[in-house]
Amino acid sequence: MAGPGAGEPAMEDERSFSDICGGRLALHRRYYSPSCLEFCLSCPRISLRSLTAVTCTVWLAAYGLFTLCENSMILSAAIFITLLGLLGYLHFVKIDHETLLIIDSLGIQMTSSYASGKESTTFIEMGKVKDVIINEAIYMQKVIYYLCILLKDPVEPHGISQVVPLFQSAKPRLDCLIEVYRSCQEILAHQKATSTNPFRKPVLSSKGDDS
Amino acid sequence: MVLKAFFPTCCASADSGLLVGRWVPEQSSAVVLAVVHFPFIPVQVKELLAQVQQASRVGVAVLGTWCHRRQELEESLGPFLEGLGALFSHEPWLQLCRERGSKSWSCKATRRQGPAPLAPACEDQVMLIFYDQRKVLLSQLHPPAALPERQAGDATASAGGLAAVFDTVARSEVLFQSDRFDEGPVRLTHWQSEGMEASILVELAKRAAGPVCLLLACLLSLVSTASACRVFRLWPLSFIWSKLSTCEQLRHRLDQLALVVSTHRAEGPAQLMRKANTLVSMLLDMALGLLLLSWLHRKDRFAQLAEALVPVADRVAEELQHLLQWLMGAPAGLKMNRALDQVLGRFFLYHIHLWISYIHLMSPFIEHILWHLGLSACLGLTVALSILSDIISLLTFHIYCFYVYGARLYCLKIHGLSSLWRLFRGKKWNVLRQRVDSCSYDLDQLFIGTLLFTILIFLLPTTALYYLVFTLLRLLVVTVQGLVHLLVDLINSLPLYSLGLRLCRPYRLAAGVKFRVLEHEAGRPLRLLMQINPLPFSHVVRTYRLPSCGCHPKHSWGSLCRKLFFGELIYPWRQRGDKQD
Repeated sequence: MAGPGAGEPAMEDERSFSDICGGRLALHRRYYSPSCLEFCLSCPRISLRSLTAVTCTVWLAAYGLFTLCENSMILSAAIFITLLGLLGYLHFVKIDHETLLIIDSLGIQMTSSYASGKESTTFIEMGKVKDVIINEAIYMQKVIYYLCILLKDPVEPHGISQVVPLFQSAKPRLDCLIEVYRSCQEILAHQKATSTNPFRKPVLSSKGDDS
Repeated sequence: MVLKAFFPTCCASADSGLLVGRWVPEQSSAVVLAVVHFPFIPVQVKELLAQVQQASRVGVAVLGTWCHRRQELEESLGPFLEGLGALFSHEPWLQLCRERGSKSWSCKATRRQGPAPLAPACEDQVMLIFYDQRKVLLSQLHPPAALPERQAGDATASAGGLAAVFDTVARSEVLFQSDRFDEGPVRLTHWQSEGMEASILVELAKRAAGPVCLLLACLLSLVSTASACRVFRLWPLSFIWSKLSTCEQLRHRLDQLALVVSTHRAEGPAQLMRKANTLVSMLLDMALGLLLLSWLHRKDRFAQLAEALVPVADRVAEELQHLLQWLMGAPAGLKMNRALDQVLGRFFLYHIHLWISYIHLMSPFIEHILWHLGLSACLGLTVALSILSDIISLLTFHIYCFYVYGARLYCLKIHGLSSLWRLFRGKKWNVLRQRVDSCSYDLDQLFIGTLLFTILIFLLPTTALYYLVFTLLRLLVVTVQGLVHLLVDLINSLPLYSLGLRLCRPYRLAAGVKFRVLEHEAGRPLRLLMQINPLPFSHVVRTYRLPSCGCHPKHSWGSLCRKLFFGELIYPWRQRGDKQD
């Protein structure tokens, strides 16, 4: 077989979807090999309007207190609080994009990148993964769909020990989830097939280089 | 399954040679530990591997060949490397190749399909995973993978999943003992091949630790035998020791010191961390205590404190007297029973008078006592705080007494009222059956019962008010003491060494791993970088928290309210081994 050509999916593509509140999401898919796939979902950025609104409210309240107490420390404290609050929000709360990396026979990795650059990663080994499903949930007054990983129970072979939800901050809608779900299932099916099949067909080297 | 080759980053620039490592068949992964360079004698390589296998109980073998080519193609190397496959047979045989100066790698894993040497070979897909050998060696996975029981003579015991990689690297330390300056028969490349890592300070500390620990252990045994002598077990002293929180804290510190200087080696990494945490927290405690001592000595603060103490105690007593006068009048517009009010008020006022005289008696000695107590701050800040808490409880002893009197009186009244209320309704408490039964009373019993009930219920507001006021005061004191105890608890149980390790060497405490996909070209094998995912700070504190002697209140809010309503005494600090009062 020749190198990558007709029949293989594109290496990278980007599509836009919307989340459950109507915000814009961008799904960036990278295809490294038949056994390795990466999905990157970018959340809507922090809007200038809400930032301005919060800052104005805090400062107006501080100014009101200042007119009551005549203490200028309140104003400097308000500025300090606003700055600290913004930094804390960017570092601990606001998620910029969420990435899902599936590597066949190794595991599934979820990374959340915060607006300040901090990244928090969780890796689940393939041996613990039972399945990837789309589940329904009641969230406030809505019924939403979310993608989750089912983990195997070490004690009971057919039981589920834990449900790990994915893309919790982005909260994409069903159309986006179906895209991700299809690709995940392809890789999981491929992994199950190769793990139970001890005999491999002889495969010629598909690499451009040889030793 | 795709074959995973774990390759150390330090060997990526090494010269061509043989790959040495461990093959884990369950995960179809090959963990490469080192590269053996040309020239070598195959027999010597096999001897070395057998030695390592025996010493470390890890199934080390030759996994394949590594070829680091220069720009000019070395034609002769190719068939030579192929021939080595026949010499060191291993299924599957890995062939990794890299062009010098470029990022293109190529991997091939061949496997013979049948037992005959001429059976057709088939190839597996290979995935390269780079790992930092030093970090993986030094790190420790949380939660620790439970290894299955090792049978005697079992060469390998395997952990599941990626823990197997960590386990393999950690147990193969023997392989990493030789560096390139050794004149051994075989030349290896691994993370220590540029020279063994060691630190002079650590080695000196290790040498010095032995005699120092012995000395401290002797001193400790002297102290513990002195404190265990019979004099201290006699009744008044043992009662006082059990009530003072300072003694509890000192005992706790002695236990911790005994743990640190014990001459037994730590059994596992958890024990080692506990020892280290205990040592660091004790050192910090002493440093803070000495800081406090120097601050107190600087401006002769002891004299200031002693001078301020007696007026403060006087002030408190005066405020209490005002409070009692207010209660004896018409507090908050309520009308009290004059006679009972006067009795109770006078009784408590007399107590306060006794207390003030006692304080005035002690006042000349206070400065000396404070100075000597302040010396104990060099044992640690926690001891100083415990002494503070004890001083608070001694100074507010009269509030405690008033609370007890008020509570007992109120409790008696409530019990009397409930029993007489049952009589009023014609019922009785059956002690045998632990329930309320109906009972027929005589007329005179009913008459006297009703009379007593009326008296008690009209006297209830007075008693209840006194009880309420003194309970609130007592709760205030208990809150202040509680805050001090919380601080002591915090200093006692915070694992500072683990937190410092997580801050400065995050790879040592690993919660897991994370992967990053490196530059990928079409047609080349997939390359990943495996990095250590450090444990979050909250997990570090939770896992390595030191056991402290602090006792948390055992009541829930509901039972506390119930006890307060019925006038039962509440003891917020139940130390272990305390008897019921």
